[in-house]
Amino acid sequence: MATTVAVPEMTDKSPRRSSLLEWVTTVDHKRIGIMYLLAALFFLVCAGTEAALMRIQLWKARFDFLEPDTFNQLFTMHGTTMVFFVGMPILVGFGNFLVPLMIGARDMAFPRMNAFGLWMFILGGLLTYYSFLQGGAPDVGWFAYAPLTSATFSRGMSTDYWILGLMTSGLGTLSGGINFIATILTMRAPGMTFGRMPLFIWMMLVDAVLIVIAFPPLTAAQTMLLLDRQLGAHFFDPQQGGSAVLWQHLFWFFGHPEVYILILPAFGMISEIIPVFARKVIFGYESVAAATVLIAFIACGVWAHHMFALGLSRTIDIFFSGSTFLIAIPTGIKMFNWIATLYGGKIRFQTPMIFCLGFLAMFLIGGLSGVMLAAVPFDWQASDTYFVVAHFHYVLFGGTLFGIFGGFYYWFPKMSGRLMNETLGKWNFWLLMIGFNLTFFPMHISGLMGMPRRIYTYDPELGVDIWNQLSTIGVLVQAAAFIVFAVNLIGSLRSGERSGDDPWDAWTLEWLTTSPPPAYNFEVIPAVRSRRPLWDLKHPEDPDWEHE
Amino acid sequence: MTGQRPKGLIPVQAKRHGRGILLLAFGLLFFASSVFAAGETNIVQTVSPPADSIKFLFYLLLAVVGAIFLIVEGALIYCMVRFRKREGDESEPPQIYGSKPVEIAWTVAPALIVFVLFLVVLRSIVQIRKVDVPEDALRVVVTGHQWWWEFHYPELGVTTANELHVPIGDDENERAVFLDLQSVDVIHSFWVPQLSGKMDVVPGRTNLLWFATKQPGLYRGQCAEYCGTQHANMLLRVVAESPEEFERWAAQQAKPAVDDPKVAAGRQLFMSLACMNCHTIKGTPANGTFAPDLTHLMSRQTLASGMVENNPKNLRDWVDNPQSIKPGCLMPSFQLSSKQLDDLVAYLETLH
Ligand code: HEC
Ligand SMILES: [Cu+2]
Ligand SMILES: [Cu+2]
Repeated sequence: MATTVAVPEMTDKSPRRSSLLEWVTTVDHKRIGIMYLLAALFFLVCAGTEAALMRIQLWKARFDFLEPDTFNQLFTMHGTTMVFFVGMPILVGFGNFLVPLMIGARDMAFPRMNAFGLWMFILGGLLTYYSFLQGGAPDVGWFAYAPLTSATFSRGMSTDYWILGLMTSGLGTLSGGINFIATILTMRAPGMTFGRMPLFIWMMLVDAVLIVIAFPPLTAAQTMLLLDRQLGAHFFDPQQGGSAVLWQHLFWFFGHPEVYILILPAFGMISEIIPVFARKVIFGYESVAAATVLIAFIACGVWAHHMFALGLSRTIDIFFSGSTFLIAIPTGIKMFNWIATLYGGKIRFQTPMIFCLGFLAMFLIGGLSGVMLAAVPFDWQASDTYFVVAHFHYVLFGGTLFGIFGGFYYWFPKMSGRLMNETLGKWNFWLLMIGFNLTFFPMHISGLMGMPRRIYTYDPELGVDIWNQLSTIGVLVQAAAFIVFAVNLIGSLRSGERSGDDPWDAWTLEWLTTSPPPAYNFEVIPAVRSRRPLWDLKHPEDPDWEHE
Repeated sequence: MTGQRPKGLIPVQAKRHGRGILLLAFGLLFFASSVFAAGETNIVQTVSPPADSIKFLFYLLLAVVGAIFLIVEGALIYCMVRFRKREGDESEPPQIYGSKPVEIAWTVAPALIVFVLFLVVLRSIVQIRKVDVPEDALRVVVTGHQWWWEFHYPELGVTTANELHVPIGDDENERAVFLDLQSVDVIHSFWVPQLSGKMDVVPGRTNLLWFATKQPGLYRGQCAEYCGTQHANMLLRVVAESPEEFERWAAQQAKPAVDDPKVAAGRQLFMSLACMNCHTIKGTPANGTFAPDLTHLMSRQTLASGMVENNPKNLRDWVDNPQSIKPGCLMPSFQLSSKQLDDLVAYLETLH
């Protein structure tokens, strides 16, 4: 039975002040998780500022606000930062905080390695940013196509900073991935079989497997590039018999799974949040879990859809078009499952939930434009244009970031013991929703009107000024949303309403312990008989395990 | 009521929403068409078979994903409105754990849709990516440079830059133009949306791209793969003209440069400064291949890869200080005196 848990009463005394040293030397998964989130927030401010500067420069045709080289550095750093120093650490941070709590464990499997991963990520991020002080940031784009990265075309040290920074943080990510796998495989509470793991745990497990598959090829490619640049090797130098195409294969073999690494944890979060606020069990647990595994599997076989315009053979184009279409099916399944979970529910529109609903509405658009891009000939027009920029922002911003916001509002009480403010939360959501769409929807249009991505300025003849202006205005609205969020965060930390252990009336194990949880998480490790142990506790007359 | 499982799923009342969805779809299409009518360089104002074929595919995709969009968002909004929590109702709704038939249905339906799309794509790929070149096709070797385009017509002995001249076909048939795409430095991408999709220009390999048109006109495009500092200004223009005009143009381009004794001073200067190491002027010792061929410079409408109009003022400014026009470009400025500039530009202006 899941009920034999002595939950320590939440004392209203705030937990004792902990010194900076305690935080820096900690191996507690919760503190590490929170530090991941804080560091990622810092980098989010950096990357957001970079984006805003770019949007100013693109205000109108031939605008003279930034030098071309500066602009090129900005989009390189924006992409690199968002992927490696914001997206990844936020998700790893949530994973760190939540995985042991949700599976009823006292910590991650390898707490020291966990801390190592955190500090490697921070070191890698700082190393990459240090390049700004060393004569300029990297300017080769976040996917750094050879041979633009060779010593001939990229002089100075910026590209080396990019390589070393990412290798360093990549090592941290990889160790995190291994840690998640070990933790989830070996440390689940008694009774928590694979079939009873919360969906967030399923997605983190699959995510971690993808990390372990995807990161080594990137590190290998970067090592080769470093050899090219520093020791005169010629892996990627076509003039000397090397191959520029090889880099793209290696990079995207990492890069495509990376996209799913960035979205799966968000899938996991909304799979936890939507049921709680719709007051219904997830519809089709098995198929959501199975679809996740399928997505990960297919995700390893679609990388060349980033290379349709590269002139590989027709056969290759056809194969990768097919596999890319295929991935739409499991993704669609999830979408339908989430909506079916709403169906027949009693939806409470609190901030975590409205972000999840925003996720559904926006991710759908990104998914559908992805289906369009899988159609190779259409991709030949749209590839490398603002249409693609719109597409992946609908996936990573409309999807991942909305999911993260939902998750943040949802689990903030567990982390801090306090609720975030609902009114500010709703302002945050609507401003973000409007700003986001205003920024990114017009990009579909400017892209199809002939505007390539990564251009620091455009020809007035292109006729895309108006669409760019809408995008730039959108950034202002987004900035307002982020300010509201910051105010809410700080205000709630200081004087938010006490949340108690289980403010949302939720069903997974993390809500069983205090908010914030003690260092050891659970006094007694809970035993689990179903996917929703707290449902069983709260509804002894109709426990879940009778239906699963 | 808690935790009770219903006998079946509650049926949705879908009928009344049909008309709304239709209206919305028309609205979207209207919006899309009015947007694209505004510009001219876009993927739907097409004048060449590959681009036509992609346009058709685009409309098909838009219709399919548009329909899915409306249905799914519709379902989402319906659920949000219909199943919101009512004031004072604290009971838990019936728990529905899943439904095999429903889940199978929504797996099979998308699978069928993407399968059909895949077949369409298959046909379209084969149509567009031709592997054998027709006999009468015009062949042009396109070489990408940081940050300009070189066009070489091997059969005509013509080399020019940034403005690609091609003949249109007669009333019945377009004349196919096949481009062999090469790069001497980094990866670029050749893209003129009205003529065809883009194709990367990759060092170490030769990619093939073709188009054909019956419509004379000027078609704009630009490099679509990030290639360094001035990627944004690696513009390109395709001038499609009648076969006669094209013949005349080609014959003129094949000639060596005019040698006008009146501008001997400028010519002398060009040959003594480093200009000749980078640029070619046919019929003179200048045979550099690093930079655009200037033999018939004045026959081009633009300078610096489509950035500025080719007029005396811009030409003078360019020779004086290219970096002020195209910062970061690979032509240095030479700190010439005003007299030297006059002479040089006077010489360049004779290169018709
Ligand atoms: C180091 C090589 C180099 C030297 C030396 C050089 N140029 Fe250039 N030049 C270039 C490059 C590269 C371009 C193309 C720039 C671009 O569009 O990005 C160019 C472009 C031009 C153009 C415009 C061509 C067009 O069709 O757009 C003119 C005119 C020109 N150069 C004249 C000169 C003159 C006159 C001199 C000597 C005073 C000179 N160049 C010396 C490299 C050079
Ligand atoms: Cu991909
Ligand atoms: Cu380019």
